[in-house]
Amino acid sequence: MSVNNTTNPSTTEIDRSCCVPLLALFGGAALWLVVGSVFGLIASIKFHAPDFLANCAWLTYGRLQPAADDALLYGFCLPAGLGVALWLLARISLTPLRGAIIPVVAANLWHLGVLAGLIGIVIGDSTGFVWLEFPRGGSVPIFFAYLLLALWGMMIFAGRRERALYPSQWFLVAALFWFPWIYSTANLFLLTGPVRGVVQAVIGWWFANNLLVVWTGLVGLGAAFYFLPKLSGRPLQSHYLALFAFWTFILFATWCGIPSGAPVPAWMPTLSAAATALLIVPLLAVGLVGWRTVWGAVRSNWDNGPFCFIGTGLDCFCLAGLMLMAMGCPKISPVTQFTWFGPAETQLRLYGFFAMTMFGAAYYLLPRVVGIEFPFSKLMRVHYWISLAGIALFVVPLAIGGIVQGLKLQDPNVAFADSTKAMLPFLRVSTTGLLFILLGNLLFFVNVIGLTFLWKITLLKKFLAFVKSPLEPGSADASLRHDQEVQA
Amino acid sequence: MKNGFLVFLISLVALGGSWCGFVLAPVSQLGADKQTTILNSSDPYPIGRPGEANQGLQVYRANGCAACHTEQVQQSGVACDVILTDNGKNPSAVYQACGASGMVREYRAWPVRLPITVVQGVNKESADDAVDKITTAGGKAEIHIIATGSDIARGWGRRHSVAEDYLYDSPVQLGSLRIGQDLADVGARLPDANWQLIHLYAPQSMVPGSAMPPFRYLFQVRKIGPVPSPDALNLPKEFAPPSGYEVVPTAQARELAAYLLSLRADVPLRDAPFTQPLAVSKP
Repeated sequence: MSVNNTTNPSTTEIDRSCCVPLLALFGGAALWLVVGSVFGLIASIKFHAPDFLANCAWLTYGRLQPAADDALLYGFCLPAGLGVALWLLARISLTPLRGAIIPVVAANLWHLGVLAGLIGIVIGDSTGFVWLEFPRGGSVPIFFAYLLLALWGMMIFAGRRERALYPSQWFLVAALFWFPWIYSTANLFLLTGPVRGVVQAVIGWWFANNLLVVWTGLVGLGAAFYFLPKLSGRPLQSHYLALFAFWTFILFATWCGIPSGAPVPAWMPTLSAAATALLIVPLLAVGLVGWRTVWGAVRSNWDNGPFCFIGTGLDCFCLAGLMLMAMGCPKISPVTQFTWFGPAETQLRLYGFFAMTMFGAAYYLLPRVVGIEFPFSKLMRVHYWISLAGIALFVVPLAIGGIVQGLKLQDPNVAFADSTKAMLPFLRVSTTGLLFILLGNLLFFVNVIGLTFLWKITLLKKFLAFVKSPLEPGSADASLRHDQEVQA
Repeated sequence: MKNGFLVFLISLVALGGSWCGFVLAPVSQLGADKQTTILNSSDPYPIGRPGEANQGLQVYRANGCAACHTEQVQQSGVACDVILTDNGKNPSAVYQACGASGMVREYRAWPVRLPITVVQGVNKESADDAVDKITTAGGKAEIHIIATGSDIARGWGRRHSVAEDYLYDSPVQLGSLRIGQDLADVGARLPDANWQLIHLYAPQSMVPGSAMPPFRYLFQVRKIGPVPSPDALNLPKEFAPPSGYEVVPTAQARELAAYLLSLRADVPLRDAPFTQPLAVSKP
């Protein structure tokens, strides 16, 4: 590295420069994480008792479930991803974040937008497009908040001291400009001036795929490729393979998402299925990078909380990718389509891969940027195991149940009601999984909010100390004299 | 700026490519789609939904019905039947022609009452072939096309859904999960508005064991006035309100029911042909 060390700011300085924006992003994100899992749990209980909270229009399944999904995606995944991206870009670029007030305002604007969007969904103002449910009151604020945060990320990137790029920077910079493009396209083509007919569905699939698969992939992998080498004490194996993964991933994954059998011209599902099959290339590359980087690392790394989270996240990424490929395969998709297999894949990707990676990153970076340890850092391990159990209890039964359900749906001699009934035992286990996920999220929430609280107390103490400290006699004169000396 | 521009360029190419493929191309291919005509007729399809049903689409959206219901029928293929309608002047030749195509050997007592199905469940080519042979022998035959697949066998539709079905809907809500039945053709399957309303108010009263949550908030339970409301639901006992009360659908419930009844995909199209039965039963 040809870095001029004398002019470089210290890592502590860089970390501290991100403190307030990151607390703003992660504080709200932790709150939405809990809100989302509470919504999800209530929605899930309705399968076992359809009458549960049925008199309240706000809490009907069709509103609560999208609200739960959006609280996880827009409430947690995006702001947490942006926070991690800002910090990573600052750290790798050796550039402190300047003008922190704008990202702080943007973070608050983002969370307000999510609040407005979620309220919109539960009062029946949803747009009706999957993963794009936020009405205008929510979508406009989050769009501009994202633009501001992305702009700050780009400014850090442009001011980097090391010109040669680390692979994580590729992933993160691409992610920064991915979302504005897809979100504006989806909103313009579907809501501002809606296109006619089934094209709406095609654009909806394109958007959802680019957000859920590509954006989360870019940020999550960008973070994993930074943290895994750092935490395992081995260099990334190798830069070229990681870049190969980046290229092939954005080249193929952008074309997935159109289900086979959709009522659209046949070339679209065919093209999509081909791209989904080719996903095996970036998946293998990512798996190889992760495996070769971590393999041979000291075993005691597994006692390291963030390392476990991020390692598990990468495993889930590969698993979710395989599930996505299965759903895209024309031989398998007739069974998996319209079943719980799809939601299982989505949850594995959003929670198992992305949220877990973000948890690991947050547990690593938040104490560093604030300069205070987590108040309940022992809970990190508990959080890891509870979340892991939650993911397993949610995803495994729904994936298996989805196949059972799909086989029953395929057989016209089986009554439809039987396919629903066959799902019930699986759904029961998945509800338990959601309960575990909620508990894990609560632990994360407690730690993040506790850390924010400690930080505020420190600020208050500093302020009080400043107020109480007696003015040094003649201190103003002294500083004046000092200035004159400097000028001289 | 070493490499920095390259990252931008590669991302631009990748995302821009898929944008052209799955946003621009579909818009230019389908965005200007117009009405088509029903197969073998000059009637336009689709005709927009009536006003109340169109408002019902918004009730469907607001309550997230698409979280549990799809609106897309699928089919695995088509099967053709050949129906002999006329023996012509030389029945034995027609009989031989039928026999040669590997059919009706069991019809010893020829001629039989017409029309009769002489070939069943073959592909379009074989059916055309059989019709050719029969025509050459002097008889007349026609082909009936029947869509196949589990959705069709369940009675969820007569054919698979096509792009035209959604021409006038906004938002288009195809759905991706079948916790409940597919609704693309529910208006033809369950054409009774009263059934729909009662089912919305108390799903378990119509479908025992249903996992559908009741949508009671779309209804009003009120004291019966001097004259009972003509719209009041006729509920089974265990779902009925206490005596002296009646359940009346709100405008939203009526709109939603009208929308459900307007969901029909029961006309043959060029892209999705099937043959209507000779006597079409009116709902």
